[in-house]
Amino acid sequence: MTAAMVLDVGLALLVVAVAVWIVAAGSAFAAVVGFVSFGLLLALAWARLAAVDVALTEAAIGSGVTGALLMTAASRLRPTESRSAGERPGAFLHVVAAVLAVLVSAGLAALVLIPASPAPSLAPAAAVHLPELDVLNPVTAVLMAYRAVDTLLEKIVLLLALIGVWSLAPDRFWGGAPGLWPRSRPDGELTLLARLLPPIGIVVGIYILWVGAIAPGGAFQGGAILAAMWLLIMIAGLRPVPEIHRQWLRLVLVVGPAVFLTVGFAGFFLPNGFLSYPAQFTKPLIIVIEVVLTLSIAAILGLLVAGPPERERQR
Amino acid sequence: MNAATLYGLCSAALVGLGLFGAIVHPQPLRKILAFNLLGGGVFLQFGVIARRGAAAGMGGDPVPQAMVITGIVVAFSATALAVTLLLRLYQVSGSATLSIETQSSSESDGGGR
Repeated sequence: MTAAMVLDVGLALLVVAVAVWIVAAGSAFAAVVGFVSFGLLLALAWARLAAVDVALTEAAIGSGVTGALLMTAASRLRPTESRSAGERPGAFLHVVAAVLAVLVSAGLAALVLIPASPAPSLAPAAAVHLPELDVLNPVTAVLMAYRAVDTLLEKIVLLLALIGVWSLAPDRFWGGAPGLWPRSRPDGELTLLARLLPPIGIVVGIYILWVGAIAPGGAFQGGAILAAMWLLIMIAGLRPVPEIHRQWLRLVLVVGPAVFLTVGFAGFFLPNGFLSYPAQFTKPLIIVIEVVLTLSIAAILGLLVAGPPERERQR
Repeated sequence: MNAATLYGLCSAALVGLGLFGAIVHPQPLRKILAFNLLGGGVFLQFGVIARRGAAAGMGGDPVPQAMVITGIVVAFSATALAVTLLLRLYQVSGSATLSIETQSSSESDGGGR
Protein backbone atom coordinates (compact mmCIF):
# COMPACT_ATOMS: atom_id res chain seq x y z
CA MET A 1 0.00 0.00 0.00
CA THR A 2 1.57 3.26 -1.10
CA ALA A 3 1.53 6.54 0.81
CA ALA A 4 -0.95 8.01 -1.69
CA MET A 5 -3.29 5.08 -1.12
CA VAL A 6 -3.12 5.56 2.66
CA LEU A 7 -3.97 9.24 2.15
CA ASP A 8 -6.93 8.34 -0.10
CA VAL A 9 -8.32 5.73 2.29
CA GLY A 10 -7.98 8.12 5.24
CA LEU A 11 -9.62 10.97 3.34
CA ALA A 12 -12.53 8.82 2.12
CA LEU A 13 -13.15 7.51 5.66
CA LEU A 14 -12.98 11.03 7.06
CA VAL A 15 -15.48 12.32 4.46
CA VAL A 16 -17.94 9.54 5.35
CA ALA A 17 -17.39 10.10 9.10
CA VAL A 18 -18.14 13.83 8.81
CA ALA A 19 -21.21 12.99 6.71
CA VAL A 20 -22.44 10.68 9.50
CA TRP A 21 -21.88 13.54 11.94
CA ILE A 22 -23.94 15.94 9.76
CA VAL A 23 -26.88 13.51 9.80
CA ALA A 24 -26.53 12.49 13.46
CA ALA A 25 -25.48 15.75 15.18
CA GLY A 26 -27.68 16.90 18.05
CA SER A 27 -28.06 20.54 17.02
CA ALA A 28 -28.48 22.09 13.60
CA PHE A 29 -25.58 24.47 14.24
CA ALA A 30 -23.22 21.57 14.97
CA ALA A 31 -24.41 19.91 11.77
CA VAL A 32 -23.69 23.09 9.76
CA VAL A 33 -20.18 23.33 11.21
CA GLY A 34 -19.75 19.71 10.12
CA PHE A 35 -21.03 20.64 6.66
CA VAL A 36 -18.37 23.33 6.20
CA SER A 37 -15.58 20.88 7.05
CA PHE A 38 -17.29 18.28 4.85
CA GLY A 39 -17.06 20.71 1.91
CA LEU A 40 -13.36 21.31 2.50
CA LEU A 41 -12.62 17.57 2.79
CA LEU A 42 -14.63 16.95 -0.36
CA ALA A 43 -12.52 19.62 -2.10
CA LEU A 44 -9.43 17.59 -1.17
CA ALA A 45 -11.08 14.48 -2.62
CA TRP A 46 -11.73 16.39 -5.85
CA ALA A 47 -8.08 17.39 -5.99
CA ARG A 48 -7.13 13.72 -5.56
CA LEU A 49 -9.42 12.92 -8.53
CA ALA A 50 -7.38 15.35 -10.68
CA ALA A 51 -10.30 17.80 -10.86
CA VAL A 52 -8.71 20.92 -9.39
CA ASP A 53 -11.27 23.25 -11.01
CA VAL A 54 -14.06 21.42 -9.20
CA ALA A 55 -12.03 21.38 -5.96
CA LEU A 56 -11.77 25.18 -6.07
CA THR A 57 -15.49 25.54 -6.75
CA GLU A 58 -16.42 23.09 -3.98
CA ALA A 59 -14.20 24.87 -1.45
CA ALA A 60 -15.39 28.36 -2.40
CA ILE A 61 -19.10 27.81 -3.10
CA GLY A 62 -20.03 24.35 -1.74
CA SER A 63 -18.26 24.91 1.56
CA GLY A 64 -17.64 28.64 2.01
CA VAL A 65 -20.64 30.51 0.62
CA THR A 66 -23.18 27.75 1.40
CA GLY A 67 -21.69 27.45 4.90
CA ALA A 68 -22.14 31.18 5.57
CA LEU A 69 -25.75 30.97 4.42
CA LEU A 70 -26.57 27.88 6.51
CA MET A 71 -24.81 29.21 9.61
CA THR A 72 -26.93 32.37 9.59
CA ALA A 73 -30.07 30.27 9.14
CA ALA A 74 -29.10 27.82 11.91
CA SER A 75 -28.51 30.59 14.45
CA ARG A 76 -31.80 32.29 13.56
CA LEU A 77 -33.78 29.05 13.76
CA ARG A 78 -32.24 27.93 17.05
CA PRO A 79 -35.41 28.73 19.08
CA THR A 80 -37.43 26.27 16.96
CA GLU A 81 -35.17 23.27 17.57
CA SER A 82 -36.47 22.02 20.91
CA ARG A 83 -40.05 22.08 19.63
CA SER A 84 -39.39 19.96 16.57
CA ALA A 85 -37.54 17.33 18.63
CA GLY A 86 -40.89 15.70 19.41
CA GLU A 87 -41.69 15.34 15.72
CA ARG A 88 -39.12 12.65 15.04
CA PRO A 89 -40.72 9.87 13.04
CA GLY A 90 -41.19 6.44 14.60
CA ALA A 91 -38.92 3.42 14.44
CA PHE A 92 -40.79 1.98 11.47
CA LEU A 93 -40.00 4.94 9.21
CA HIS A 94 -36.39 4.87 10.41
CA VAL A 95 -36.07 1.24 9.34
CA VAL A 96 -37.75 1.86 5.97
CA ALA A 97 -35.53 4.87 5.30
CA ALA A 98 -32.42 2.93 6.31
CA VAL A 99 -33.32 0.03 4.00
CA LEU A 100 -33.99 2.42 1.12
CA ALA A 101 -30.71 4.28 1.73
CA VAL A 102 -28.72 1.03 1.87
CA LEU A 103 -30.34 -0.19 -1.36
CA VAL A 104 -29.53 3.05 -3.20
CA SER A 105 -25.96 3.04 -1.86
CA ALA A 106 -25.50 -0.60 -2.83
CA GLY A 107 -26.78 0.12 -6.34
CA LEU A 108 -24.36 3.00 -6.78
CA ALA A 109 -21.51 0.96 -5.30
CA ALA A 110 -22.24 -1.81 -7.80
CA LEU A 111 -22.04 0.73 -10.64
CA VAL A 112 -18.65 1.82 -9.30
CA LEU A 113 -17.32 -1.71 -8.87
CA ILE A 114 -18.50 -2.93 -12.29
CA PRO A 115 -17.23 -0.12 -14.53
CA ALA A 116 -18.00 0.21 -18.20
CA SER A 117 -15.11 -0.93 -20.35
CA PRO A 118 -13.72 1.00 -22.12
CA ALA A 119 -14.58 3.95 -19.86
CA PRO A 120 -16.66 6.53 -21.74
CA SER A 121 -14.76 9.76 -22.29
CA LEU A 122 -15.22 12.98 -24.21
CA ALA A 123 -11.67 14.09 -23.39
CA PRO A 124 -10.24 13.36 -26.90
CA ALA A 125 -13.13 15.27 -28.50
CA ALA A 126 -12.57 18.18 -26.11
CA ALA A 127 -8.84 18.22 -26.87
CA VAL A 128 -9.30 18.54 -30.65
CA HIS A 129 -10.43 22.19 -30.67
CA LEU A 130 -8.39 23.53 -27.75
CA PRO A 131 -5.68 25.14 -29.98
CA GLU A 132 -8.36 26.96 -32.03
CA LEU A 133 -9.96 28.34 -28.87
CA ASP A 134 -6.56 29.36 -27.48
CA VAL A 135 -7.83 28.17 -24.09
CA LEU A 136 -5.52 25.61 -22.54
CA ASN A 137 -7.72 24.65 -19.57
CA PRO A 138 -10.16 22.08 -21.01
CA VAL A 139 -12.73 22.66 -18.24
CA THR A 140 -12.88 26.38 -19.04
CA ALA A 141 -13.20 25.46 -22.72
CA VAL A 142 -16.20 23.23 -21.95
CA LEU A 143 -17.81 25.89 -19.74
CA MET A 144 -17.25 28.87 -22.01
CA ALA A 145 -17.30 27.38 -25.50
CA TYR A 146 -18.49 23.77 -26.02
CA ARG A 147 -21.27 23.93 -23.44
CA ALA A 148 -21.62 27.70 -23.12
CA VAL A 149 -25.40 27.35 -23.18
CA ASP A 150 -25.26 25.45 -19.83
CA THR A 151 -23.22 28.24 -18.28
CA LEU A 152 -25.60 30.86 -19.65
CA LEU A 153 -28.67 29.05 -18.29
CA GLU A 154 -26.94 28.60 -14.95
CA LYS A 155 -26.48 32.38 -14.72
CA ILE A 156 -30.21 32.76 -15.39
CA VAL A 157 -30.91 30.24 -12.59
CA LEU A 158 -28.77 32.33 -10.22
CA LEU A 159 -30.73 35.46 -11.16
CA LEU A 160 -34.07 33.66 -10.77
CA ALA A 161 -33.02 32.39 -7.34
CA LEU A 162 -32.15 35.95 -6.32
CA ILE A 163 -35.54 37.22 -7.57
CA GLY A 164 -37.17 34.39 -5.59
CA VAL A 165 -35.25 35.34 -2.44
CA TRP A 166 -36.09 39.03 -2.79
CA SER A 167 -39.76 38.32 -3.46
CA LEU A 168 -40.01 36.70 0.00
CA ALA A 169 -39.53 40.11 1.64
CA PRO A 170 -42.48 41.64 3.47
CA ASP A 171 -44.12 44.42 1.38
CA ARG A 172 -43.01 47.27 3.60
CA PHE A 173 -39.33 46.39 3.20
CA TRP A 174 -39.38 46.16 -0.62
CA GLY A 175 -36.50 48.12 -2.12
CA GLY A 176 -34.73 48.28 1.26
CA ALA A 177 -31.47 46.78 2.38
CA PRO A 178 -30.98 43.05 3.18
CA GLY A 179 -30.81 42.11 6.85
CA LEU A 180 -27.09 41.52 7.09
CA TRP A 181 -26.54 43.50 10.26
CA PRO A 182 -23.05 44.68 11.03
CA ARG A 183 -22.03 42.63 14.07
CA SER A 184 -18.65 43.91 15.10
CA ARG A 185 -17.23 46.72 17.16
CA PRO A 186 -15.07 49.23 15.26
CA ASP A 187 -12.00 48.04 17.19
CA GLY A 188 -12.93 44.34 17.04
CA GLU A 189 -11.00 41.56 15.35
CA LEU A 190 -13.60 41.16 12.58
CA THR A 191 -13.06 44.78 11.55
CA LEU A 192 -9.32 44.23 11.49
CA LEU A 193 -9.80 41.11 9.35
CA ALA A 194 -12.15 43.00 7.01
CA ARG A 195 -9.44 45.65 6.52
CA LEU A 196 -6.52 43.23 6.05
CA LEU A 197 -8.02 40.41 4.01
CA PRO A 198 -9.95 42.04 1.10
CA PRO A 199 -6.93 43.67 -0.64
CA ILE A 200 -5.29 40.23 -0.80
CA GLY A 201 -8.56 38.42 -1.48
CA ILE A 202 -9.48 40.69 -4.38
CA VAL A 203 -6.08 40.13 -6.02
CA VAL A 204 -6.43 36.35 -5.52
CA GLY A 205 -9.97 36.41 -6.94
CA ILE A 206 -8.91 38.32 -10.06
CA TYR A 207 -5.85 36.07 -10.47
CA ILE A 208 -8.02 32.93 -10.30
CA LEU A 209 -10.32 34.41 -12.93
CA TRP A 210 -7.39 35.30 -15.22
CA VAL A 211 -5.47 32.06 -14.81
CA GLY A 212 -8.64 30.07 -15.66
CA ALA A 213 -7.68 30.13 -19.34
CA ILE A 214 -4.51 28.10 -18.85
CA ALA A 215 -4.78 26.47 -15.40
CA PRO A 216 -7.49 25.55 -12.87
CA GLY A 217 -9.63 28.58 -12.08
CA GLY A 218 -12.27 30.68 -13.77
CA ALA A 219 -15.28 32.94 -13.37
CA PHE A 220 -17.13 30.89 -10.73
CA GLN A 221 -14.19 30.40 -8.39
CA GLY A 222 -12.95 33.98 -8.75
CA GLY A 223 -16.49 35.32 -8.33
CA ALA A 224 -17.03 33.31 -5.14
CA ILE A 225 -13.83 34.70 -3.61
CA LEU A 226 -14.82 38.26 -4.52
CA ALA A 227 -18.29 37.63 -3.02
CA ALA A 228 -16.70 36.41 0.22
CA MET A 229 -14.59 39.57 0.44
CA TRP A 230 -17.65 41.76 -0.16
CA LEU A 231 -19.64 39.88 2.52
CA LEU A 232 -16.76 40.25 4.99
CA ILE A 233 -16.67 44.02 4.44
CA MET A 234 -20.48 44.27 4.85
CA ILE A 235 -20.64 42.07 7.98
CA ALA A 236 -17.86 44.10 9.60
CA GLY A 237 -19.89 47.23 8.83
CA LEU A 238 -17.12 48.96 6.87
CA ARG A 239 -19.50 49.47 3.94
CA PRO A 240 -23.30 49.45 4.12
CA VAL A 241 -25.36 46.66 2.55
CA PRO A 242 -26.77 48.23 -0.65
CA GLU A 243 -30.52 48.78 -0.91
CA ILE A 244 -31.90 46.48 -3.56
CA HIS A 245 -33.68 49.23 -5.51
CA ARG A 246 -30.36 50.83 -6.51
CA GLN A 247 -29.89 51.12 -10.29
CA TRP A 248 -26.13 50.42 -10.18
CA LEU A 249 -26.72 47.25 -8.19
CA ARG A 250 -29.24 45.90 -10.65
CA LEU A 251 -26.92 46.81 -13.52
CA VAL A 252 -24.07 44.82 -11.94
CA LEU A 253 -26.40 41.85 -11.43
CA VAL A 254 -27.51 41.63 -15.06
CA VAL A 255 -24.41 42.84 -16.94
CA GLY A 256 -22.80 39.37 -17.04
CA PRO A 257 -25.79 37.41 -18.35
CA ALA A 258 -26.70 40.33 -20.67
CA VAL A 259 -23.27 40.46 -22.34
CA PHE A 260 -23.25 36.67 -22.60
CA LEU A 261 -26.70 36.71 -24.27
CA THR A 262 -25.68 39.52 -26.63
CA VAL A 263 -22.59 37.61 -27.76
CA GLY A 264 -24.78 34.52 -28.05
CA PHE A 265 -27.30 36.21 -30.35
CA ALA A 266 -24.54 37.92 -32.34
CA GLY A 267 -23.40 34.37 -33.14
CA PHE A 268 -26.46 34.01 -35.38
CA PHE A 269 -25.26 36.78 -37.68
CA LEU A 270 -21.46 36.61 -37.55
CA PRO A 271 -20.39 32.93 -37.34
CA ASN A 272 -22.96 30.21 -37.66
CA GLY A 273 -25.29 29.94 -34.69
CA PHE A 274 -26.25 30.76 -31.14
CA LEU A 275 -23.23 31.17 -28.84
CA SER A 276 -20.64 30.40 -31.51
CA TYR A 277 -17.74 32.81 -31.48
CA PRO A 278 -16.08 34.29 -34.58
CA ALA A 279 -12.82 32.40 -35.04
CA GLN A 280 -10.37 35.31 -34.81
CA PHE A 281 -11.98 36.86 -31.71
CA THR A 282 -12.63 33.69 -29.67
CA LYS A 283 -10.11 34.30 -26.89
CA PRO A 284 -10.89 38.04 -26.37
CA LEU A 285 -14.65 37.32 -26.39
CA ILE A 286 -14.28 34.54 -23.80
CA ILE A 287 -12.21 36.85 -21.59
CA VAL A 288 -14.73 39.72 -21.86
CA ILE A 289 -17.61 37.36 -21.01
CA GLU A 290 -15.70 35.85 -18.08
CA VAL A 291 -14.82 39.27 -16.63
CA VAL A 292 -18.40 40.59 -16.66
CA LEU A 293 -19.72 37.20 -15.49
CA THR A 294 -17.33 37.25 -12.53
CA LEU A 295 -18.66 40.66 -11.51
CA SER A 296 -22.29 39.49 -11.72
CA ILE A 297 -21.54 36.15 -10.01
CA ALA A 298 -19.84 37.92 -7.11
CA ALA A 299 -22.79 40.30 -6.67
CA ILE A 300 -25.44 37.56 -6.98
CA LEU A 301 -23.67 35.15 -4.59
CA GLY A 302 -23.19 37.92 -2.02
CA LEU A 303 -26.82 39.03 -2.20
CA LEU A 304 -28.12 35.43 -2.04
CA VAL A 305 -26.27 35.04 1.27
CA ALA A 306 -27.44 38.47 2.48
CA GLY A 307 -31.06 37.38 1.98
CA PRO A 308 -34.25 39.35 1.38
CA PRO A 309 -34.53 43.04 2.38
CA GLU A 310 -35.27 43.48 6.08
CA ARG A 311 -35.05 47.24 6.48
CA GLU A 312 -37.32 49.94 5.12
CA ARG A 313 -36.17 51.83 2.09
CA GLN A 314 -34.45 55.11 3.00
CA ARG A 315 -35.58 58.17 1.08
CA MET B 1 -8.45 -0.91 -5.71
CA ASN B 2 -7.52 2.43 -7.23
CA ALA B 3 -8.38 5.93 -5.99
CA ALA B 4 -11.34 6.34 -8.36
CA THR B 5 -13.03 3.15 -7.07
CA LEU B 6 -12.37 4.21 -3.48
CA TYR B 7 -13.97 7.64 -3.92
CA GLY B 8 -16.77 6.00 -5.90
CA LEU B 9 -17.65 3.83 -2.87
CA CYS B 10 -17.33 6.96 -0.70
CA SER B 11 -19.82 8.79 -2.97
CA ALA B 12 -22.26 5.85 -2.77
CA ALA B 13 -22.14 6.06 1.04
CA LEU B 14 -22.73 9.83 0.92
CA VAL B 15 -25.82 9.43 -1.26
CA GLY B 16 -27.26 6.85 1.16
CA LEU B 17 -26.52 8.99 4.23
CA GLY B 18 -28.03 12.06 2.61
CA LEU B 19 -31.16 10.19 1.57
CA PHE B 20 -31.60 8.75 5.07
CA GLY B 21 -31.15 12.16 6.71
CA ALA B 22 -33.54 13.89 4.32
CA ILE B 23 -36.27 11.34 5.17
CA VAL B 24 -35.94 11.00 8.94
CA HIS B 25 -35.04 14.53 10.08
CA PRO B 26 -38.14 16.52 11.06
CA GLN B 27 -36.40 19.92 10.91
CA PRO B 28 -36.44 21.47 7.42
CA LEU B 29 -32.94 22.93 7.88
CA ARG B 30 -31.57 19.45 8.58
CA LYS B 31 -33.39 18.17 5.48
CA ILE B 32 -31.70 20.89 3.41
CA LEU B 33 -28.32 19.88 4.86
CA ALA B 34 -28.97 16.21 4.13
CA PHE B 35 -30.05 17.07 0.60
CA ASN B 36 -26.77 18.89 0.06
CA LEU B 37 -24.96 15.80 1.34
CA LEU B 38 -26.84 13.69 -1.21
CA GLY B 39 -25.89 16.20 -3.92
CA GLY B 40 -22.24 16.10 -2.85
CA GLY B 41 -22.31 12.31 -3.28
CA VAL B 42 -23.84 12.54 -6.76
CA PHE B 43 -21.26 15.14 -7.80
CA LEU B 44 -18.44 12.94 -6.51
CA GLN B 45 -19.80 10.08 -8.64
CA PHE B 46 -19.39 12.40 -11.65
CA GLY B 47 -15.81 12.97 -10.50
CA VAL B 48 -15.15 9.23 -10.53
CA ILE B 49 -16.60 8.91 -14.05
CA ALA B 50 -14.45 11.88 -15.14
CA ARG B 51 -11.31 10.35 -13.60
CA ARG B 52 -11.89 7.03 -15.35
CA GLY B 53 -12.32 8.88 -18.62
CA ALA B 54 -8.80 10.31 -18.40
CA ALA B 55 -7.42 10.52 -21.94
CA ALA B 56 -5.67 12.81 -24.40
CA GLY B 57 -3.16 13.91 -21.76
CA MET B 58 -5.89 15.18 -19.41
CA GLY B 59 -6.22 14.01 -15.80
CA GLY B 60 -9.95 13.50 -16.31
CA ASP B 61 -12.79 13.97 -18.76
CA PRO B 62 -13.46 17.75 -18.65
CA VAL B 63 -17.15 17.46 -19.59
CA PRO B 64 -18.43 15.84 -16.35
CA GLN B 65 -16.13 18.18 -14.41
CA ALA B 66 -17.69 21.24 -16.04
CA MET B 67 -21.17 19.81 -15.38
CA VAL B 68 -20.34 19.44 -11.70
CA ILE B 69 -19.11 23.06 -11.49
CA THR B 70 -22.43 24.18 -12.94
CA GLY B 71 -24.21 21.75 -10.59
CA ILE B 72 -22.50 23.12 -7.46
CA VAL B 73 -23.57 26.67 -8.34
CA VAL B 74 -27.16 25.61 -9.09
CA ALA B 75 -27.27 23.57 -5.84
CA PHE B 76 -26.18 26.69 -3.97
CA SER B 77 -28.96 28.79 -5.61
CA ALA B 78 -31.57 26.19 -4.68
CA THR B 79 -30.23 26.01 -1.11
CA ALA B 80 -30.36 29.81 -0.78
CA LEU B 81 -33.96 29.86 -1.98
CA ALA B 82 -34.97 26.98 0.34
CA VAL B 83 -33.31 28.61 3.36
CA THR B 84 -35.02 31.93 2.64
CA LEU B 85 -38.40 30.20 2.30
CA LEU B 86 -37.78 28.52 5.65
CA LEU B 87 -36.79 31.76 7.39
CA ARG B 88 -39.91 33.43 5.94
CA LEU B 89 -42.06 30.57 7.27
CA TYR B 90 -40.53 31.14 10.70
CA GLN B 91 -41.12 34.90 10.42
CA VAL B 92 -44.78 34.45 9.49
CA SER B 93 -45.83 31.46 11.62
CA GLY B 94 -43.35 31.59 14.51
CA SER B 95 -42.29 28.02 13.90
CA ALA B 96 -40.16 26.23 11.34
CA THR B 97 -41.90 22.91 11.04
CA LEU B 98 -43.44 20.94 8.22
CA SER B 99 -45.86 19.15 10.54
CA ILE B 100 -49.44 20.39 10.13
CA GLU B 101 -50.56 19.89 13.76
CA THR B 102 -47.65 21.79 15.30
CA GLN B 103 -48.08 24.57 12.78
CA SER B 104 -51.78 25.18 13.55
CA SER B 105 -51.19 25.07 17.31
CA SER B 106 -48.41 27.65 17.09
CA GLU B 107 -50.67 29.91 15.03
CA SER B 108 -53.43 29.76 17.65
CA ASP B 109 -51.08 30.73 20.47
CA GLY B 110 -50.18 33.86 18.54
CA GLY B 111 -46.73 32.90 17.28
CA GLY B 112 -44.99 35.02 14.69
CA ARG B 113 -44.26 38.66 14.32
